[in-house]
Amino acid sequence: MPERTPEKRRKPEEEPKAWELRLYVAGQTSRSLQAFANLKKICEEHLEGNYRIEIIDLLKNPQLAAGDQILAIPTLVRKLPEPVRKIIGNLSNTERVLVGLDLRQRE
Amino acid sequence: MKKTSKSESPPNSLPKCPTGIHGLDEITFGGLPKGRPTLVCGGPGCGKTLLGMEFLVRGATEFDEPGVCISFEETAQELARNVASLGFDVDGLIASKKLAIDYVFIERSLIEEAGEYDLEALFVRLALAIDSVGAKRVVLDSLESLFAGLANESILRSELRRMFRWLKDRKLTAVITAERGNGNLTRHGLEEYISDCVILLDHRVMESVFTRRMRIVKYRGSTHGTNEFPFLIEEHGISVLPVTSLELEHTASEERVSTGIPALDAMFGGEGYFRGSSVLVSGTAGTGKTTLSAHFVNAACSRGERCIYFSFEESASQVVRNMRSVGVDLQRWIDKGLLQFRATRATSLGIEMHLVRMHAAVDEFAPSIVVVDPITALLSSSTQAETRNMLLRMVDFLKAKQITALMSTLTRGADPLEQSQADISSLVDAWLFLRDIEAGGERNRGLYILKARGLAHSNQIREFLLTSHGVELREVYLGPAGMLTGSARVAQEAKEAAEAGLLRQEIETQDLIRDRKRKAIEAQIAALQLELETEIQESTQTLAQQELKLSNLERDRGEMAKSRSLNIGSREGGGKGGSRK
Repeated sequence: MPERTPEKRRKPEEEPKAWELRLYVAGQTSRSLQAFANLKKICEEHLEGNYRIEIIDLLKNPQLAAGDQILAIPTLVRKLPEPVRKIIGNLSNTERVLVGLDLRQRE
Repeated sequence: MKKTSKSESPPNSLPKCPTGIHGLDEITFGGLPKGRPTLVCGGPGCGKTLLGMEFLVRGATEFDEPGVCISFEETAQELARNVASLGFDVDGLIASKKLAIDYVFIERSLIEEAGEYDLEALFVRLALAIDSVGAKRVVLDSLESLFAGLANESILRSELRRMFRWLKDRKLTAVITAERGNGNLTRHGLEEYISDCVILLDHRVMESVFTRRMRIVKYRGSTHGTNEFPFLIEEHGISVLPVTSLELEHTASEERVSTGIPALDAMFGGEGYFRGSSVLVSGTAGTGKTTLSAHFVNAACSRGERCIYFSFEESASQVVRNMRSVGVDLQRWIDKGLLQFRATRATSLGIEMHLVRMHAAVDEFAPSIVVVDPITALLSSSTQAETRNMLLRMVDFLKAKQITALMSTLTRGADPLEQSQADISSLVDAWLFLRDIEAGGERNRGLYILKARGLAHSNQIREFLLTSHGVELREVYLGPAGMLTGSARVAQEAKEAAEAGLLRQEIETQDLIRDRKRKAIEAQIAALQLELETEIQESTQTLAQQELKLSNLERDRGEMAKSRSLNIGSREGGGKGGSRK
């Protein structure tokens, strides 16, 4: 994982609908790294840089798990735009990630 | 009881974690397996969550073992509110860091699954909660929600397996609840993973009576009660009906307690029942069973002993009023706090529930006398086997506590003895039988002692009278015409009295006659005596006269001779003497 601090990839302020994503992991497991890589790829493709990914390592901040009701690792939480959505898994199934992020209609 | 059950478990057996739940530690012989997970399964509403919460609360308050509850169904507030009615201060325990509740919310529709995952976050949360209070006990309630919330069951299963391993490694005593499934113990076969101890909760309605039951399906490495045990959720939490004790260990007291009726005491060799014995009073309707019980209670309270009166047919005030009519004032004992009435309709609860309640009441009030009036009311809705079981449990329980129990049963039919109660008989130590004796157009009550273990007792039937000043026992009249009671007895007694009177008069008369006779004879004797004396006197006189005559004669003869010899000298003298003759 390249960085654990909140990663800012936000475009200039003119973009009204900034995406705020949180990825919960527990240590740098291969599954977490996969998830991060998959997420980044999807975001680049579909959000064109208008997003922000925050990575939370529960091994370091275990108290944060309860707030977002995190159960599974890894879990991606779409904080913004509302409503909050959750996607669990290593995000290898791109279709499902897109559905989960509301970027594609559920079939 | 807690202590004894602990001592019962063999010294080298599995370490156990006492739950503190009333009765559960008895049937598991000490508690749940320490440092291992226990599965509690059952249908909805059977008390799984409550069992888990009580396990935690008791652990925190009684055994100084803090606990963690991971709740998948209810929030901490909801849980706290649910158990507050049972007197558990969950919020207080949380504030004092003895309990931590983490509510894990999981909703399938809000979660998209995209790829592989594990439940590490759950472990993280659990570990955090455990560390925050230093927990030794964990409750997971209930795992069904996980299955409902996550689609990938194979991941879930392997993660749960890991979870149980993890709990074991940390030596946490865990209670995991799960929904009961069709055919299986749990819907998702969790019993495959948790094999140390499985407790099954169940509730059912039998003959319109709701009963909760608990069964220990499995307890690896330990003996345990294998039966279904009824349990109750009541004011103080769960109460599992303590088992029929396997051994007969109760000590037999030599002390005696009065029956409250002197004449009945006399029938028991003058002192009454043994303390701690169980006494059965059976009889047909209206033979005075309650009255007999009330006397017993009255006597006990007079000695300053505490009594509980379980009434299943009459309310407290009704019993008090009725007993006042036979001169027994129970109200004063209630006022003094020596007597407690527990009046409930027998049909309001299942038989076991009654028993559990009685246990609770006895534990709370610690009486030395317990009256159950009548047990038949309890038995009406259960089978013969249940009846016997229930009685056995009750008798054992009371005996272990050295409580003297007086139970009344209502018998039916003309020959109510022995037939249906043969098995009850072996449970009780003393059995009084009250019966109707119908004769001469009236019904009277008779009492006799059917048996009294270890006591010399009268074999006589006594007539049992209810008077305004209490019970009186009278000897019945036994004669050539059979046994007489009531008016017949009174008539017989009167007749006997009359006969006796007559006899007495006769004796008096004869006395008089004899007296008179004696007096008459005495008078006769006196008269004869007098006659005799007169006779003697007369004869003495005659004798004296004759002696005088004789002496005169002799003197005359002498003088005559003298005068003859003197004739020469004086004729005149001789002439005189001759003329006298």
